[in-house]
Amino acid sequence: MSFSDKAKYIIIGNSAAGIGATEGIRQVDKQGEITIITDEKEHTYSRPLISYLLLGKVRQETMKYRPDNFYKQNNCSLLHGSVTEINPKEKQVILADGKPIKYDKLLVATGSRAFVPPFEGLETVKNKTTFMSLDDAVKLDKMLSQNQLNKRVLIVGAGLIGLKCAEGISKSSSKITVLDLAPQILSSILDEGGAKLMQKHIEDKGIEFKLSANIGYFEENAAVLKSGEKIDFDILVLAVGVRPNTELLKGIAEIERGIVINAKSETTAPDIYSAGDCTQTLDVSSGQDKIMALLPNAYMQGECAGINMAGGEKAFDKAIPMNAVGFFGLHVITSGNYDGEVYSENTDSTYKQLFYSDNKLNGYILIGNVEKAGIYTALIRERTLLDSIDFELICERPGLMAFTKEERFAKLGRCAV
Amino acid sequence: MKRVYVNEKWCLGCHLCEYYCAFAETGEKDMARALRDGKIKPRINIEEKDGVSFAVSCRHCPEPLCVKGCITGALTIADEVITVDDDRCVSCYTCILSCPFGAISTSDDGAVQKCELCVKTAGGMPACVKGCPNNAIVFEERG
Repeated sequence: MSFSDKAKYIIIGNSAAGIGATEGIRQVDKQGEITIITDEKEHTYSRPLISYLLLGKVRQETMKYRPDNFYKQNNCSLLHGSVTEINPKEKQVILADGKPIKYDKLLVATGSRAFVPPFEGLETVKNKTTFMSLDDAVKLDKMLSQNQLNKRVLIVGAGLIGLKCAEGISKSSSKITVLDLAPQILSSILDEGGAKLMQKHIEDKGIEFKLSANIGYFEENAAVLKSGEKIDFDILVLAVGVRPNTELLKGIAEIERGIVINAKSETTAPDIYSAGDCTQTLDVSSGQDKIMALLPNAYMQGECAGINMAGGEKAFDKAIPMNAVGFFGLHVITSGNYDGEVYSENTDSTYKQLFYSDNKLNGYILIGNVEKAGIYTALIRERTLLDSIDFELICERPGLMAFTKEERFAKLGRCAV
Repeated sequence: MKRVYVNEKWCLGCHLCEYYCAFAETGEKDMARALRDGKIKPRINIEEKDGVSFAVSCRHCPEPLCVKGCITGALTIADEVITVDDDRCVSCYTCILSCPFGAISTSDDGAVQKCELCVKTAGGMPACVKGCPNNAIVFEERG
């Protein structure tokens, strides 16, 4: 491509998917103009680190997802603003101030936002926040450092976000209660047994749970449950769930629960790609289309989008649900879906469940001992036939020993691919 | 690009590679002194069963799932070597979830650990290769 017809790439979103796309584009096209548009004010940062920031484990400086010179090194510009509209006919995005910007290829990587149910009386609660962004974390930190305030915190939602928040503020709050409608914690990633083990571990750190709890209404400093029970708090954190930000593509590309993309990260609209938490895509472990709002998938979908936007050839067709997370020193790794027969091996402090059917591993849950978990993940991702390996051995301990000699040579004696 | 390759036919299962790896990390001069605590946490690991043994360490994949999936940007690939920035790693273990070889492991010092081809320590020849008494681990260029 000559200098005058440099491609114009617009990326909406400055998180994992947007950064992945930038790196993907630059693998193919060193010259094209890349503009990343973000409505946040920061350098790209790692969203899951906001709880570590509150805990004091990272600083804003070390939360950066890429080094300071990232934009310069990748020759792209960062535009702080918000896109209000996409005009696919003119191939333009329109900014809040009305200014149009032309694109040749567009990536929508708008992520997700906190979902706040319309609880009665919520507007009377003064000290409240969601927990999704750096702004949220800074706001929560400020509330916790106000001297006049007692520091009893109620977190609504015992999922990944709610519990990471609880860990993050465990030192700076006086009491933490975590409430959920579900009868167990971490219902999106754990089964009942795993949830029990983790719940006990977190309770031992002084956090209180109210499960199967249905909120009736809020007062300024209390949640009143439908059972009549009243939970007092000084600060309320809403971590009920997230919703994909799909609005920009409404009427332009197909949207189901998330923006529908194929393995090349293409939407159904020409020259418009999408990646990350705002999309839904095929989960190869279950064969179903899902929203898999996970950072690794976001990066890889973004990178794949970038390569294709720049004229390269790339397919990311191995997305599966997967999570690695720790709470108060107890680590969990999970992947895939939990259908089929179960291989189970549990102790007081560890938990291991492998789910398999039709000669394939569908998913797993590991708590406590998580070493070499990726060997299981690969069996799911690659849909490895279990009769081609020593399944009994690999159930006991993940390792390459379970593979045939030829397969081991391919893995360890040849150039990796 | 030279890489570490393993020939399980020649592996004696002596675990010396693990000791040389752990020793290289300490930066000390005397091996017995450096490892006197007895318990080591090497970045290369021997798998063994029924007389078969072989060493496993990072393959430094050109399309590294660990680097792409890293939530903080602590894992990077430069000059075909994958390294961890200990200051940026928060030990979430997403890389342990991702690595199909089981070549990244937990550690007690707040960051994950993996083979970095001795780029930060011994320099040049990886310590496991230098220490293998039977040439079961080699450092060479292969297609």
